[in-house]
Order: sequence, then structure tokens, then C-alpha cells
Amino acid sequence: MTVSVTMIQHMRAELALHQLREGDGRPLLMLHGLGERTPGSVPLYADRWPGPIFGLDFTGHGASTVPVGGGYTAEALMSDTDAALDHIGEATVVGRGLGAYVALQIAGARPMLVKGAVLADGPGLFGGASGPTTPFVLAPSGLEAGTSPDPFALMELSRDIRPTDYAMSFLRQAVQLSDLQVPVTIAAVGRPDWLAAVASDPSIVFTPLESALENYASI
Amino acid sequence: MDSFGVGLSVVEWGDSDGPPILLAHGGFDFAGTYDLLAPRLADAGWRVVSWDQRGHGDSDHAVLYTWDADIRDSLRVLESTCDGPVPFVGHSKGGGMMMTLAEARPDRCSAIVNLDGLPTKRTQPDVADHDRTRMLAEDLSDWLDHRRRIAELERKPGTIEELAARRARMNPRLDTGWLEYLVTVGARRDIDGWRWKLDPAMRFGGFGPWRPEWALHRMRGLAVPFLGVLGLVYEEMGWGTVPEDLAGYLPVGGRLVTLEDTGHFVHIERTDVVAGHITDFLGGST
Repeated sequence: MTVSVTMIQHMRAELALHQLREGDGRPLLMLHGLGERTPGSVPLYADRWPGPIFGLDFTGHGASTVPVGGGYTAEALMSDTDAALDHIGEATVVGRGLGAYVALQIAGARPMLVKGAVLADGPGLFGGASGPTTPFVLAPSGLEAGTSPDPFALMELSRDIRPTDYAMSFLRQAVQLSDLQVPVTIAAVGRPDWLAAVASDPSIVFTPLESALENYASI
Repeated sequence: MDSFGVGLSVVEWGDSDGPPILLAHGGFDFAGTYDLLAPRLADAGWRVVSWDQRGHGDSDHAVLYTWDADIRDSLRVLESTCDGPVPFVGHSKGGGMMMTLAEARPDRCSAIVNLDGLPTKRTQPDVADHDRTRMLAEDLSDWLDHRRRIAELERKPGTIEELAARRARMNPRLDTGWLEYLVTVGARRDIDGWRWKLDPAMRFGGFGPWRPEWALHRMRGLAVPFLGVLGLVYEEMGWGTVPEDLAGYLPVGGRLVTLEDTGHFVHIERTDVVAGHITDFLGGST
């Protein structure tokens, strides 16, 4: 059951940071997949995490602000995640689907705050393409303002571009700047191009989700 | 006008019954930066339509900013103001935007004029969060740190002269009188002084997955009449494109005009020359 929900002011949005469990030690921060929200209770895979467990609702999802007019990027969600880290401090991050891609990004961008990132399967893992796509401009009328998950988020974040070398640059930063031997662990089975590139790096460890979290909990 | 909840300020010049032409401004600018060029086009008979992009000028500050959202907004402006295909004109980032819109909606575009926004493999300073792939750790942490501070950020107040002097650092070739005029359009007067209306969330640089050369590769496929105008004097705000960069990439039949002794803001420095090229290229409004 949710212990508390804190609304974090970030940019012009309010982000819902759910605390699902109290505990001692390093927090676990859960990042949901595209179109999802933080679950109402601790998922089985995280049940043995000894520290406090948090889940962040990304912009346009769950109880967080649904902005008008769209404009989503994975990078903006990385910034959402950074706001959560600003609130809870150093944490291990586990991301599902789109949240896995964001977890990789924040592991590279804040290598001293992210004490291990676990990339797991979930909605939005595959993204749109690895290279340029034909531009697509849909301006449908009648989109219902304020709906969560935001239809703009579903539209824009399901076709975001994820070049393999771009994804790799986040991994390299995590590897070079983190004080962990293994800053990123892949628990996902799915292999979109960006994740296949990351998976080919010698620094990467493949572990089932529960074991990956146990490993990071022991550090 | 409304673009899915984001209020956009639309500006028009000329006879409302004239044939429409759409103008897109560059990053960190606003529609008023066309206050020299647009009247020349209006004099040639065009109904000139421009708008302040989200976060710029009198348009709303948004929660999120992306290239795709800017393109969607531009289609909303187009759809709300005119039917049928019209010429697209864009400066700098606006030039790139108009090429994307033309590719996405060729049915709405009759010609493209790109004013010193022709793509290159180099990075583009006025396209925040889009065309940058520099991935140095300090860039990333600077960007995130900036976003952590946004809620408390406010633009610095000053006199018209002070704001014009600040802008002169980005526009060193433009005369002081013009920059002071721009302050009266692009800034608002608060109790403690003038402040640029531009969303303080916006900043130069940034990063993202997009590569500048992708725009170069797609330019060739544009099927409408195409005019590119390049200022040959490099400026920090410019994209640094030189004619050689474009060899083999211009649309078939595309025309390229280069202007000696002219910087990035070709439409401001050489208003009459640029207006003449545009009206020649478009063949007049009728």
C-alpha cells in the first residue's frame, strides 16, 4: 500500500512521487512504462528490497501534471527522474519499458546519484526508430485535455528516436563516472536496437530482475 | 489562437484578402523580428502570417518544448489562418521547421524560402534540445541543474538600452536602434524594468538524439520550388552553413543566393535585397 504521495514542483509540472514502502538504507526508485503509472503496492520483484521504495509518475502520467499541447521527449522524463533524485537522494533505479530507457539516461547523466540502474521489459521499451523517420504531424481536434495518460505522451513517446550510439553515450558515461563496477544491469528480454547496442558492451551484466535488485541492495 | 491548450500569438501584415504566406521566426526570436521584411512582402500584395512560437514573444510558456510540438503548432497556425498550399518562409530554426512541415504536409506548401537556416552537419545553436549530440557529462548535468532551478528563474530586468545591449551580444551586426525597437516588442515593462518575454526555461545548447545531417539528407526530397539565402559572414547564432555543405543536397531546381558581408540575420541586415529575392522567386502574389 502507498505510504505517501509527494507532489514535486519541477519546471511547470507537479510530479507525483509515491512512497510505496518505508525502509532502511538506499531507496529504490521505480520508473513505469509508457502509459503506465506507479503501481499501488510494491511489485513482487522488489519485495525483498530493504530500503524505502518510491515510484515516480512521469509528466502526463498517473497523478502528475498532464500538460497541454504535448512536446514529450525521453530527455524530459529523464529530467523528471532527476527531480525525484533531488528529493530522495542517491537511489537504485529500476525502469520498465520506456522507464528502462530513461533509467539508462539518468544513470549516464547523474552517475554519482544513481547507484545501479536495472532495465526491465515493459511498454515503450522499443521506442520509434534508431534513425530519422518521416515527419508526422497530426493535429487532431477533440483530444481530451487533462486525460491521463496524456494521448500526446502515448503518441510522441511511442515514436521517439533512439540512435544506438546515443544510447551508448549514456552507458559510457555511467561506466566511466559511476563508482559502481556494474552501473547498469539488463533484466529485459526485449532487444530493440538501442538495447541490443547497450547489451553488447562488455560492462553489461544480464540478471533477472529480482537478482539484479538483490545485487544492488547488497552494495 | 489555441494549439491544444497552448495559446499562440499570431501576427499579420498586409491585406487580409491577399494570398497568404507563412513566416516562421528563429529560435529565441519572435514574430516581431519580421517587422522589417514582412511589410515589404505585404507591399507586394501578400497577406503575411507569422506567430510567436511557444515560449517566445506573446505566446504561452509551455510545460514541454520539442521540435515536433513546434511543427504541430505551426500546422495549427496554418490551418487556423488559411486554406490550400501557401509559401513557407523561415529564418534559422524557422527555416528548418518549415522544411519539416513541408515534408510532413506537402499538400499545404507551395514553395519554401529558407533564410540562413539551411542545414549543415554542424550543430545549430538556436535549436535547443534538438540538434545537439554533444554528450559530455558536464553538458548533461548543466542541463539538468538548469531544469532544477526553472521554478525560481526570472529574466533579469533592465532599461530598454540595457536589454538591447544584452541582445547585441547575440546580434552584434544589428544596429542599436533596431535592437531597442525589438525590446519594445519582445520584452514587457514591469515595475522594476523591462524583461524579455522569452520563457526563462529556454537556454542555448541542450542535446538530443537528432543529428543535424538528417535534415540535410531530407532536403533533397522536397518537391516544391525552393529558395535558400545564406549570409556568408559567420556568426555565433548562425548555423555556419557554407555553400559547399549543400552540394548535392539542394532540392532539384532549388535556388541558392549567397550574400557577401551579411551575417545570420539576412532579413534584417539586407531587408530590401532579401525581399526582392523572395518576390522575384515567388513571382509576386498574384
